[in-house]
Amino acid sequence: MSQKWVETSVGLFILAAILGMLLLAFKVSDLSLYGEHDTYTVFAKFDNIGDLKPRAPVTIAGVKIGQVVSINLDKALYKATVTMRIKARDNNIPTDSSANIVTAGLLGSNYIAITPGFETAFMQDKGVISETNSAILLEDMIGQLIFNSKKGDKDDEKV
Amino acid sequence: MMTAIQKLGRSSIQLCGNVGYAGLFLIKTLVRKPRPIKGAPLLIQELYSIGVFSLPIILVASIFIGMVVGLQGYNILSKFSATEQLGQLVALSVVRELGPVVAALLFAGRAGSALTAEIGLMKTTEQLASMEMMGVDPLWRVIAPRFWAGVISLPLLTMIFCAVAVIGGHVIGVEWLGIDTGAFWSNMQASVDFHLDVLNGIIKSVVFGFIVTWIAVYQGYATEPTAAGISRATTRTVVYSSLAVLGMDFVLTAIMMGGW
Repeated sequence: MSQKWVETSVGLFILAAILGMLLLAFKVSDLSLYGEHDTYTVFAKFDNIGDLKPRAPVTIAGVKIGQVVSINLDKALYKATVTMRIKARDNNIPTDSSANIVTAGLLGSNYIAITPGFETAFMQDKGVISETNSAILLEDMIGQLIFNSKKGDKDDEKV
Repeated sequence: MMTAIQKLGRSSIQLCGNVGYAGLFLIKTLVRKPRPIKGAPLLIQELYSIGVFSLPIILVASIFIGMVVGLQGYNILSKFSATEQLGQLVALSVVRELGPVVAALLFAGRAGSALTAEIGLMKTTEQLASMEMMGVDPLWRVIAPRFWAGVISLPLLTMIFCAVAVIGGHVIGVEWLGIDTGAFWSNMQASVDFHLDVLNGIIKSVVFGFIVTWIAVYQGYATEPTAAGISRATTRTVVYSSLAVLGMDFVLTAIMMGGW
């Protein structure tokens, strides 16, 4: 077993490990090379965030433009302050846009959908989205449905 | 009664002594002036016999583990008709837990036991003592390259393990069970975070590599110089390092998942 073969196979071993690492980084975890300096922060206050969690996507028209960084309670207003990091490339969000918490599919996780407004001024770093809609809780909706259908039955009886 | 208490005391004093010896041994091995020109060929030789020779077992084990997780996950997820999430399930379980832990266990069985037996036989046949007679420090010549090779090899093996296991899951999920390729990868990418999942897995494997190789070289160095002593030391290496890996894995996971 010559020294050359030993060194070559160690080199191949390290190359294989680097290849594995690259696959894990780019194919498995979809590491983007955007650092924090390529993003800007936007806040929004919600009455109820439902099941929203940090790292949830932020979308416009279904396209992911950023993600939720942290969720805190605003002690003065009893509202949830959601901090979002948006890609610097998508810097043309009108200031009167509204943020909604929606659910992916029937049982999917929650994410934030931003509906653009009509203002010509755009959201800056540390800007606040003032118009928000809370998460729609499935339980509340089912409750409402049952309540409405019962009312409908009673109306039928009267007639 | 008294003898039982005395036994307990003696064995705990011995345990403390052994831990202290192992720590001193590690410090003596690591804290020294680096000699890169003379040390590098030794390190490469050991990377070859520790790292490259562990590749076949790691490759075979990882592809089967990826495929098994894929199959089991598919059967469970199909109950909830959420089979598209298979990529996420395979990638997260492999990258966070199975990859570092199983690679470390296999490494302890494949490379750790070999290290202990090799160093133990060197000690039994008094090669280490004769090195000292010639003025060559066996800690530098024999132990240090093996220790560093182990610490470097295990993270590299873990990266290969995780990548191949994900490919194994892909083979089962997409090629065999017919999940859509795009859904498989995009669900995986949406849920796996590079820092929180992949890097933490690598940190785990560095810690495991440190522990397993430390136990292996120390057990070899502290072998009783008999044939039976070598066999006992080899067994101890595998048992202790497997238990240490599983225990440390829980501690590390608790720290990383924010339990503390």
